[in-house]
Amino acid sequence: MARKVTGRHVAISTVAAWLAGFVIFFPILWMVLASFKTELEAFATPPSFLFFHWTTENYVTVQERSDYLHHALNSLIIAGGSTLIAMLIAIPAAWSMAFSPTKRTKDILLWMLSTKMMPPVGVLVPIYLIYKNMGLLDTRSGLVFILCLGNLPIVIWMLFTYFKEIPKDILEAARMDGATIGRELIYVLTPMAIPGLASTMLLNLILAWNEAFWTLNLSTLNAAPLTTFIASYSSPEGLFWARLSAASTLAIAPILIIGWFSQKQLVRGLTFGAVK
Amino acid sequence: MGRITLEGVQKSFGPVHIIKGADLDIPDGAFVVFVGPSGCGKTTLLRLIAGLEDVSGGRILIDGNNVVDVPPAKRGLSMVFQSYALYPHMSVRGNIAFGLKMAGLPKAEITQKVEAAAATLNLTPYLDRKPRELSGGQRQRVAIGRAIVREPKAFLFDEPLSNLDAALRVQMRLEVTRLQKQLGTTAIYVTHDQVEAMTMADKIVVLNAGRIEQYGSPIELYQRPANLFVAGFIGSPKMNLITGAEADKHKATTIGVRPEHVTVVDDGGEGWPGKVVIAEHLGSDTFLYVDAGALGTLTVRVVGEKRLSAGDAVTLRPEPNRIYRFDANGHSIFA
Repeated sequence: MARKVTGRHVAISTVAAWLAGFVIFFPILWMVLASFKTELEAFATPPSFLFFHWTTENYVTVQERSDYLHHALNSLIIAGGSTLIAMLIAIPAAWSMAFSPTKRTKDILLWMLSTKMMPPVGVLVPIYLIYKNMGLLDTRSGLVFILCLGNLPIVIWMLFTYFKEIPKDILEAARMDGATIGRELIYVLTPMAIPGLASTMLLNLILAWNEAFWTLNLSTLNAAPLTTFIASYSSPEGLFWARLSAASTLAIAPILIIGWFSQKQLVRGLTFGAVK
Repeated sequence: MGRITLEGVQKSFGPVHIIKGADLDIPDGAFVVFVGPSGCGKTTLLRLIAGLEDVSGGRILIDGNNVVDVPPAKRGLSMVFQSYALYPHMSVRGNIAFGLKMAGLPKAEITQKVEAAAATLNLTPYLDRKPRELSGGQRQRVAIGRAIVREPKAFLFDEPLSNLDAALRVQMRLEVTRLQKQLGTTAIYVTHDQVEAMTMADKIVVLNAGRIEQYGSPIELYQRPANLFVAGFIGSPKMNLITGAEADKHKATTIGVRPEHVTVVDDGGEGWPGKVVIAEHLGSDTFLYVDAGALGTLTVRVVGEKRLSAGDAVTLRPEPNRIYRFDANGHSIFA
């Protein structure tokens, strides 16, 4: 049954949507605001919302105290590298499971996911020792490797569900049209899978970017990404909320920008009109 | 050339036998329709010929060469899918050109062939549109364009018209038939719609439970059905099947009379007495469902309007030389 959509309905849902969006966005906004306050204003009660003495000194302090660019570069390499490798492994894996499944495909998928059920701290000591013996502690390649392994099950799951939605008929049509497996992948499957690939990549990038457990435990300085950079501002003694906020703002800025630009890719529905 | 021969083709999925040994010879240029109830294996048989499924036994010959180990791309066949299966990210032009591009034809030749195919199918104004911007009938035409542009040895159609509305289906039926005659290319067409089968086919293959029940021209199937299944399946409304004493009179286990071969008589002569249960008045025809006592409910087709309604008593008389006779195994007895 069609519902009558009146102007009032639209207005109410618009307000509700904006409100919900604001609530979700508020912590980030608060963090950005706090980063422009002085330390004293940052934890003043009642807090001032917009009318305080705006200052950029926190950013200057942060950059002086610790090398932001060094950490940002590490984050970029670790998150980007682990995402890239995970995608390279996951695409063929998900492709074969989606298009030529066997009796055990479901079990394999579940088994892969089960590795995510274990708390990482359970394997911290053995991983630490292995890394120590192999000389991987505080190296970028070591972090790329562990984050790639950690996110791989999720990446495969996501790609699997995206590939599953691609109608088999279209791939068969390509086969009838004389496409080899390779060309079928390049000309038909990949273009249709781009929205799925893009959103999977973005999610994995965000997960890897914000991953704190392994990056904090397996790196000290050389390979330390932005998570370590933020952590260095939250100390048990003294309150440096403004500086912590400035560091956090700097840390999420790159991933926020990447997410903003790729959102168009994410919402594009490509398969409509292919069948039926 | 496109002669397709099946020799003892079998297909099983695990313990389930879908195709139980099919032998068939489709001459070059013929329009052959596979028809049968759902689950009879007609689509599977088509997919075996296409190469989208591997055979479990037997041989498939295209122009005399066994192709069971040849991948679909190399069999030189093209297929039109029920779901159209267009490439959603390509324009109509890209969709039609794809096969030629895969074959590595020079660009100029591709353009010329695509435009020729589009012109044949009245698709020229839509060449730069995406499939999602087309109507169902147009999408179907693009799918057909994609098939004809490659000049294949044979076309394989998998229920291509079943997603279209009734009026469009009749129109496309004519177009497909005309196109096939014009190109002279062998075509295998799968449908569950016996009207499509009767109107389009040079020859019909009736399939039931993985077996070919009969292979012949539409009129052959109508006039000389090999068995009870074909007799009941071909013809609309369905043939009346009568067993018991009436059948014994004709020295058969079952006799069949088509609704159009029964006349309603009021001359008081010999016939089957009965009472009209339902009368359907279509204007051009009148369908009567008559309760004929021990003979069961019989369907009668009267050409034109017949003023009868439920409850009227009638006498039915079958045309004596149009009575089909079947033995205990359901096979036809030809006198």
